[in-house]
This record gives sequence, structure tokens and C-alpha cells, in this order.
Amino acid sequence: MKVLVTVKEVAAVDDEFEIDGLTIDDRYVTADLNEWDEYAVEAAVQIREAGDDVEVVGVTIGDADTEETIRQALAKGVDRAVRVWDDALADAGLLDPETKARVLAAVAAEEDPDLVLTGVQSADDGFGATGVTLAEKLGFEWAAVVNDLDLDRDAGVAHVHRELEGGVEELTDVELPAVLTIQTGINEPRYASLRGIRQAQSKELTEYTLADLGLDAGDVDSPLEQTSLYEPESEGDATVFEGSAEETAAELAGVLRDRGVGQ
Amino acid sequence: MTVLTVAEHRRGELRDVSRELLTAGRQVADATGGELHAAVVGGDVKAFADDLNRDGVDRIHTVDDGAEFNHDVYTQVVTQLAEAVDPDLLLLPNSVNGLDYAPAVASRLDRPLVTDAVGLSMGEEPTVTRELYGSKVETTIDVHAERAVVTVRPAEWPAAEGTGDATVEPFDAEIDESAVRSTVTGFEEVGGGEVDITDADVLVSVGRGIEEEENLDLIFDLADALDATVSASRPIIDNGWLEKDRQVGQSGKVVTPDVYIAIGISGAVQHVAGMKGADTIVAINTDPNAPIFDIADYGIHDDLFEVVPALIEEFR
Ligand SMILES: Cc1cc2nc3c(=O)[nH]c(=O)nc-3n(C[C@H](O)[C@H](O)[C@H](O)COP(=O)(O)OP(=O)(O)OC[C@H]3O[C@@H](n4cnc5c(N)ncnc54)[C@H](O)[C@@H]3O)c2cc1C
Repeated sequence: MKVLVTVKEVAAVDDEFEIDGLTIDDRYVTADLNEWDEYAVEAAVQIREAGDDVEVVGVTIGDADTEETIRQALAKGVDRAVRVWDDALADAGLLDPETKARVLAAVAAEEDPDLVLTGVQSADDGFGATGVTLAEKLGFEWAAVVNDLDLDRDAGVAHVHRELEGGVEELTDVELPAVLTIQTGINEPRYASLRGIRQAQSKELTEYTLADLGLDAGDVDSPLEQTSLYEPESEGDATVFEGSAEETAAELAGVLRDRGVGQ
Repeated sequence: MTVLTVAEHRRGELRDVSRELLTAGRQVADATGGELHAAVVGGDVKAFADDLNRDGVDRIHTVDDGAEFNHDVYTQVVTQLAEAVDPDLLLLPNSVNGLDYAPAVASRLDRPLVTDAVGLSMGEEPTVTRELYGSKVETTIDVHAERAVVTVRPAEWPAAEGTGDATVEPFDAEIDESAVRSTVTGFEEVGGGEVDITDADVLVSVGRGIEEEENLDLIFDLADALDATVSASRPIIDNGWLEKDRQVGQSGKVVTPDVYIAIGISGAVQHVAGMKGADTIVAINTDPNAPIFDIADYGIHDDLFEVVPALIEEFR
């Protein structure tokens, strides 16, 4: 059995930052493995550990700088990984879910997985749609926002819980092959061990261009164009207390006492 | 131009976002002198259609298929309906279920998809406003296509009101049963533990800013001093540091205490969904740009490890 897990390097923005045209200046950005993907990786590795004929392959769309992030996934137990990048992708600007899914589907066509795990969303652009779009492209079944997974390989069914709003979970049976988008909290992602980190350095990381996958620049020509980026005006009118911690705490204490708190 | 919205319901109830979609849809339809259509799939479609018949809705399509949401059915129905109505804009909820079928519909219709819209306008082409990096910045996106699918963030637009005079008509979708490869087998309520955070007058709520599990002691000390209950944002629960009952937000509990003190919580939309109804909101956060300050009444831009001990001192 093969599990394909999609991973993405995401950008976290510092408390103070400057906008430079349509992006945030690099100085204020820290790269990390997407939080939701960490849980997807863990779910994949747990499936591998539960059966002895399972291979877990990671895939990312990202430039050479994202290799470090991919190695994080390899260090946590992903067997090998694929990274797709070339000039056309670099020039493509905003990659919408359809475009990303097209590239990932081409990788899936090579790998022929039984199960694909993605994060529910990425922490930076938050589209939340790549997994289901990918399923549709592959003709796979799917489930979005999965927070519990019980895989019955013999029956070819994934019994999942989908986390709905308001503390309600939907119990669903999904036929394989399938794409599941994984929600945080489904498991406890492991830390990479020192041994894992060392091993990750020698694990296979295949680099593909679009041409290697039978795609060209036209396939990553997204219909979405980002036309502005700005800090939203604060809608709030919060009273902000200034001063030392003692001073602000004293002012807040006054407000709280006025509201009958702590009495 | 024509806008088509698709309502959402669960366990017999129309969800709020259904009527919010109508407001968003009416707004763009008005700007272009267009028509607003709404659809509801499954459940008690007659009752749902009544509820959707609000000011400014021109037509309501009812599809009598199943009691509950099944994405394989929804994908087929909404695709067929969109092909029949041919809306310029198909508006779907950016809910958990919306995200479980909207991408498939957009893909089948071969129309661009933009999710989680917080703003929407329609000129020659649609323009959508979205947030990035956990709401720290906003971006506008021009969709270079005449027709698009957009999912709309819940609670961004007010719910449509008034009574409309829409034409209600059934739509017959042809369901290919062999393409229904997922089965919803039931629902489960989570929680039901010992603490009821929905009952508390004062909540001291803690987020990822607390850093370590041991540091939660500080939060419990504050709660003691204030005679308050401890609640939390999702990462604290995901880490297993507190039980699920204490999670505030979209997938946790909706709380309406007199006072809500958000400590080291950024104010992600899914968190805010659970606490914006509190009477007085206080935020303690080192990041002055954290979106929690947009809804806070009182704020302190400082390190919680400095402010919280000082606050405990105040109440000793
Ligand atoms: C489908 C779905 C459902 C979800 N449901 C929920 C839900 O029900 N509830 C929920 O909460 N989330 C939910 N989320 C997750 C949500 O998107 C956020 O990831 C989460 O709310 C972030 O929690 P946080 O604010 O504690 O952490 P972060 O966003 O990491 O924020 C931590 C904050 O702490 C501040 N901070 C750091 N150090 C300090 C310090 N020393 N002193 C003061 N401040 C400090 C930082 O400036 C930052 O603002 C859901 C997500 C999805 C996709």
C-alpha cells in the first residue's frame, strides 16, 4: 500500500512587518512546515507502522529553499519525497487550488497511491480546498476535515470522523482510493529524533520540473490574480492600557472589579 | 447577471450561513441588476424554502434528495443545478461541509474557486477579498473568468431578513448512485465532561502563547483569583493539555460570558466564532496586530508572563 502525503512550507509573519508590493518583506517571515500537514504526516507514518508493506511518500510544490522543510517530514518517518519546481511555477504567482491540484495529480499519477493525506488548510493562504480538488482530479473519493481515521485495508474502506461545527462529528465510510484532509488534533505529531534527522539527510528526494510530469507553463496559469495586499483597518475600538505590567494589570483590575469580577 | 446560493442545513435546522449567503448574493446581484437564486438540497425542503424566501430572492430551487448532507450527492446536484441555472457567481458556504463539496463542484464546472471570502464585488469579472497569514493581512483577488465559485465566510454578512415572494420550484437531479462512494453512518456529540464553560460568567481563556503545559498553572492561579473558569483555544486542546470541553470556537463551544479574558490567543476566525458574543472581551497579547484586538474592549500589548502574575497580585 502506498500513502502519498502532501506537505507545504508556509510563511509565518512576525508581530511587526512591512508590506512590499504584493508580498511581505522576507525579513519578517519565518518558514515552517504547515501545522495541518504535521498531523497528516503523523497519520501517514502511523499507517506505515501498523502494516509492513506500506510506503509513505511526501510531495511538495516548492523551490530549493523548501527542501529543509521536506527533510523535516522525512525525519519524522516519511520514506521518500518528491519536490516539484521550475521557472514556470516560480513565475506563476498565486497558485490557486486547481493549479496546485493539477501538479499534485500529476505526481499522484506517477506514484499511484491508495490513499492521499493532505492538511485541511495551509496556515498562510488558507484556501482549504487543495485536497478535495485533488480528489476530484484523480477520480478518488474524499473526506474533508478528518479528525479520526480507522483504515480497513481489507475492505478498502476508511472509517473517518469529520469534525463539523459546534462540537459535532460526522461518522463517514469512504471507499478507497481516497484523499483525506487531516485536521489538527487527530493524533500527536512526533518530534523528529536525532536519528531521524540524520537518516533524513540520506533519504531520496526526487526533484521534478513540470516537463518531467508532462505539464507545461500553461498548466500553472492560474485564473486568480492578487491585486493588492494591505493591513486591514482595525475595526476595533479597544481601550489599550499602556505602561509597565504592574500599571496595565492595575488598570485592568479596576475594569474587572467594576464588572464584579473576583469579589 | 445571476447569483446562485446553496443553503446548508444539519439535523433538521437551516444553518445561519444559509441566510448570510443571501445577503452576500443580493449585494452583488443588486450592483449589476441581476437575479438571486437560492437552492436547498435534502431534508425538509419545503420548510427550508420558506425560511429562504427573504427579501430580494427571485427563485428558490428545492432538491428532494436524502435527509442529510452527503458530498457525493451534493456535488452531483449542485453541478447539475449550476449547469441549468448558469449563474455568473455560485456562492457556497465556507463551512466544513462547504469545503467538502465546493472544490469538487468548481472542478467539475471548470470554474475558478476562491474560498473564504470576506468581501465580494462584481465588475466585468469577480473580485474577492480574503485574509492571509491568520488574518494579519488582507488581499484582493481578481478572478480572470466570467464565472466563478466563491465560498463565503460564515458570520461576515448579516442574515437576510424580511419576507420575499420568490418562485419556489423543484429541481430534478439525476443521481448516479454508483458515484456515491461515501456513506454517512451517524453523528457524535463530543465533550460531555465535567466542566461547562458555557455556564461560566467569567472565562480566563488561554492560547498557544502559554508555550508549555506547566505554564498553565499560571492561568489556573489567575482563574482562582478571579473566581473564573479556564477555557482555551484549539492548540491547547490538540496538545492534550486540557480536555476538549474547554475548547472555545467553531468546532468547540460557543460561550457568552460577562467577561472573556483571552490570553496569548491570536483571535483566528474559528476561535472568534465561539466567543464574540461575550459582554466584555479583554485581550493580553504581545502582538499589537493580533486580530483579537479587533473585537476586544480592553487590550494589553504585553508579555502574558509579566501581566498575568501582576494581575494575580492585584486580586490577592
Ligand atoms: C476547521 C477548523 C476548525 C477550527 N476550530 C477551532 C476552534 O473551535 N477553536 C479555536 O480556538 N481554533 C480553531 N481552529 C484553529 C484556528 O484556526 C487557530 O489555529 C487557533 O485558534 C489558534 O490558536 P491560538 O490563538 O491559541 O494560537 P496562535 O494563533 O498561535 O496565537 C498565539 C498568540 O499568542 C501570542 N503570544 C505569544 N507569546 C505570548 C506571550 N508571551 N504573551 C502574550 N501573548 C503571546 C502571539 O502573539 C499570538 O497572537 C480551527 C481551524 C480549522 C481549520
